[in-house]
Amino acid sequence: MEIQFTLNKKQVTAEVGADTVLLGVLRDLGCKSVKCGCETTNCGLCTVWIDGKSRLSCSVLAAGIDGHEVTTLEGVEEEAAEFGRFLAAEGGEQCGFCSPGFIMNVLAMKRELDDPDLEEIKEYLAGNLCRCTGYMSQLRAIQKYMTLQNENSGKEAQV
Amino acid sequence: MITIGNYVKPKSLEEAYELNQARSSRVMGGMMWMRLGNARVKTVIDLSGLGLDQIEDEGNVIKIGAMCTLRQIEQCEALKDLCGDGIAECVRHIVGVQFRNQATIGGSIYGRFGFSDVLTAFLALDTFVELYDGGTIRLSEFVNRKPDKDILLSIIVRKSKRKFRYDSIRQTKTDFPVIACSVVTGMVHGKETWYFSVGARPMKAALLEKQWEIPADASEEMIADYARQAASEFTYGSNMRGSAEYRQHLAEVLIRREMTSILAEGR
Repeated sequence: MEIQFTLNKKQVTAEVGADTVLLGVLRDLGCKSVKCGCETTNCGLCTVWIDGKSRLSCSVLAAGIDGHEVTTLEGVEEEAAEFGRFLAAEGGEQCGFCSPGFIMNVLAMKRELDDPDLEEIKEYLAGNLCRCTGYMSQLRAIQKYMTLQNENSGKEAQV
Repeated sequence: MITIGNYVKPKSLEEAYELNQARSSRVMGGMMWMRLGNARVKTVIDLSGLGLDQIEDEGNVIKIGAMCTLRQIEQCEALKDLCGDGIAECVRHIVGVQFRNQATIGGSIYGRFGFSDVLTAFLALDTFVELYDGGTIRLSEFVNRKPDKDILLSIIVRKSKRKFRYDSIRQTKTDFPVIACSVVTGMVHGKETWYFSVGARPMKAALLEKQWEIPADASEEMIADYARQAASEFTYGSNMRGSAEYRQHLAEVLIRREMTSILAEGR
């Protein structure tokens, strides 16, 4: 069956089977940031946004995406690169395999939560596994990034 | 691995019900659990176009569409007003936000899974399920029915002045619970009634009802006795996460904590 959806603000068309999952379709369309990790909805590697909500593309039937809006890391490249610099500065990127899914969920959290504390951050990111860092460097990076974001939004509000 | 022949997004409930009568058809919720199974499904039926993704506060009841996600339930103010933090507590340990943005309450309740936090929580509340063909029945009746070809439309929680607590124990964060318990109390037909629901025993959640008039200044020993009695009336099993004896001990502890918390708040 043919599906049409918005991928990173561009209209795309794909031919999919009834049991094709979104992950494979996105990679075929050139979004190589979307990776296959556990395939059991536990690792968060395949995180993308569907209609603005972070979801696991390994478990979404591509057929159900017809008419919806999908965003991958390629669609928020500048913002992702900005956070990526914080991640690198804290040694939180390491092998980098989990980074795309992790960054997508951090950016989703930034949009959803207003000034989250450490516990809220940990809870929001519980579905993103990393086997290199032990998470502490990632958490430092997020806190520094969020602090800067809050400072910037405060300055914008004052202008 | 699951294989699917046809994907259909029906335009009406009637169409969905008719499609689902075929033996090899299945209704999909969030596809989180179904996708992990081994099955050849001829037709998968996606209910996402039928408006079943809303939570409606209808005054005396809260009606939760079967396609509402666990994240919607976690963030629902009406459920928070009715149950405090209990409903959010029952879903917040389930994998991550991405998972809860996808998994549906309909999938959790219809599946009647042994590990289900959601079923354990809603079973202790004054909850009904609305079925396309079977009408509206109590969740406590539905939970013991064999799966059939009906379609779950909504979960309906009747509002009342009941106190609700939920707690679970896991070996690691985001894992299935080793045990899950919820306790609800309130006046029913003029009598103080306690409801205990224990899930992940590792069998599906079961409900126990007791008319106990417990004084507000009940001692710790007295509450512990009530908790011991409640926990002893469930059956438990063993698996890789824990033995039956260990589960019963945990259930007793969680029930005691929940009862203590309710009594401390005042009924």
